[in-house]
Amino acid sequence: MSGPDHDRLRAAIFEAITAIAPEIDSADIRSDQPLRQQIDLDSFDFLNVIIRLHEILGIDIPESDYGELLTLDRAVEYLARRCGSGDAGK
Amino acid sequence: MIPEVISKQPIAGKCTPNLRDYAADYARFSWADARAELSGLPGGGINIAHEAVDRHAAGGRAEKVALRWLGKDGTRRDYTYADLRELSNRFANVLRGLGYGAGTRVFVLAGRIPELYVSVLGTLKNGSVSCVLFSAFGPEPIHTRLEIGAADVLVTTETLYRKKIAGLRERLPQLRLVLLVGDGDAVTTEPDTLDFRRLLAAAGTDFQVENTSPDVPALLHFTSGTTGKPKGAVHVHGAVVAHHVTGRLALDLHPEDVFWCTADPGWVTGMSYGIISPLTNGVTSIIDEADFDAERWYSILRQERVSVWYTAPTAVRMMMKGGTEAARRHAFPELRFIASVGEPLNPQAVMWGVEAFGLPIHDNWWQTETGGIMIANYAAMPIKPGSMGRPLPGVEAAVVHLTDDGRIAICKPGEEGELALRAGWPSMFRTYLGNDERYRKCFVDGWYLSGDLARMDEDGYVWFVGRADDVIKSSGHLIGPFEVESVLTEHPAVAEAGVIGKPDPVQFETVKAFVALKQGYEPGEALRRELLGHARKRLGAAVAPKEIDFLPALPHTRSGKIMRRLLKARELGLPEGDTSTLEGGT
Repeated sequence: MSGPDHDRLRAAIFEAITAIAPEIDSADIRSDQPLRQQIDLDSFDFLNVIIRLHEILGIDIPESDYGELLTLDRAVEYLARRCGSGDAGK
Repeated sequence: MIPEVISKQPIAGKCTPNLRDYAADYARFSWADARAELSGLPGGGINIAHEAVDRHAAGGRAEKVALRWLGKDGTRRDYTYADLRELSNRFANVLRGLGYGAGTRVFVLAGRIPELYVSVLGTLKNGSVSCVLFSAFGPEPIHTRLEIGAADVLVTTETLYRKKIAGLRERLPQLRLVLLVGDGDAVTTEPDTLDFRRLLAAAGTDFQVENTSPDVPALLHFTSGTTGKPKGAVHVHGAVVAHHVTGRLALDLHPEDVFWCTADPGWVTGMSYGIISPLTNGVTSIIDEADFDAERWYSILRQERVSVWYTAPTAVRMMMKGGTEAARRHAFPELRFIASVGEPLNPQAVMWGVEAFGLPIHDNWWQTETGGIMIANYAAMPIKPGSMGRPLPGVEAAVVHLTDDGRIAICKPGEEGELALRAGWPSMFRTYLGNDERYRKCFVDGWYLSGDLARMDEDGYVWFVGRADDVIKSSGHLIGPFEVESVLTEHPAVAEAGVIGKPDPVQFETVKAFVALKQGYEPGEALRRELLGHARKRLGAAVAPKEIDFLPALPHTRSGKIMRRLLKARELGLPEGDTSTLEGGT
């Protein structure tokens, strides 16, 4: 699945990640592999990425859903579902 | 409402605590009795790996699960005490076979994979010194530690080797042997390395444990100071007496326990209580390869029927963020005792344990240098939330200050001073590798000075006040500002850098850097990101700053040292204190 919405979400995820880990080149990230195996994020960094995502997209991500953000592909799908379900802020 | 004291009642249907009456048990304790709980070697020596593994493998616990390893991908693997004996014997034989005997230094850089545990135990059996490095370190902290530690052998993974080590080999002439754990099943092919698994499979399963005497070096742990490079604290085989008995008393380990220490063996907690103490106490120890994830952790506590759980304040506070409902969705009927270490546990976090698990969280205190828990809250002793508890039996602790003539004076109850321990407990460090002078400076009048400021109340409970120096406590790790500043000043734009610990509700302190730029460079978001990325690549996420601010210039003392204390006071909007030594100051 892709489309303008998915591209926007993908860009938002990278925006959030590079705010915390600016050394990351989005071209190096394999979207089907676990993000935290490719990006050096400690637990605190990961939490900050989620906070950034919330700021950018206005979506609350409950802790029990963190597992949905394992890979870039899964994160995009998850955020798309959350946007679609109408509980996104914008 | 947070009570001043949480009193303790026996938990119905649970075992009786090992330490039942603090005052009586403290008075009765002797290190000789504690030593007698272990078996020692036939040749008269004592060896950590023998006490941890072989002693049980030769007796009734041979087929008991010693380590239960949980892989990131959901794999679950059990290792009995007999399995561990065989695997560690194999690794000891690998070292011997390649010519690495007693006294050689064997480092491990890996995530929490089974090979790490096998390497550490085999290294100890061989009489070699074991040092585990935190796998999230960047190349710079790794290089510094391999160099100071004069590593002869390194066990690491194929991925970590390519990412962090291959580029350092030329700068590490002493490092003669690198063993790689492959990412897949294929034999590794990196030049100048050997394949760990292939060697292990070909090695013999019998090994006679080196007859190490109690004062023979066994473990090396790096810790950070305010100035200069990290310090390599050396611990000896005799420390196992403290590893064992502190696990029994402070963590209340009983042989039937399932114990989970969440610390990584790259930090001293993950070695003393993630490897050694649970094994010497004959329990089943859980190892989770994955990083912190609240949901995963609740599942592990429940599914693995963890009865004793030793974790860190940062993890507790991150779980608190998710709310108690997340915890209450699970049931933890086996969980009996929760302890925490790394930085002071705030009273709210102690009480959150009661709300989420029905159990308060027991804070305790110790350091890399002390090798084991020194001050603790015990299962059968009332907790004063916010206090680290009372000294372990066998440990004499006091809050002290130095008199004008450089002697130790013990503070009155309630008075602030430096937390000190009477020298001589078995797991006390024996030197800083290659820096005995710095080691000796830690001791005055037979007391070890911890560098932590504290006070002791009238009931003998100790309360953390702060650090006596600029070392940063963040997410349970000690971070030396100098190591971070050095990497920042490597960047061509940076004239100088000052690094502080900024108070943080989750991390306790977060690493914050202030930089002054060289002429021709302008502060801005792009440069800030570049510096952040530079620091993260060189140091790794665990050590790199989380925040960087630009300043036109940094405050200095007249002797030219950056005044971190002043940077911190300004950051917090606090009074600047004594600035009489400030360059150009009043």
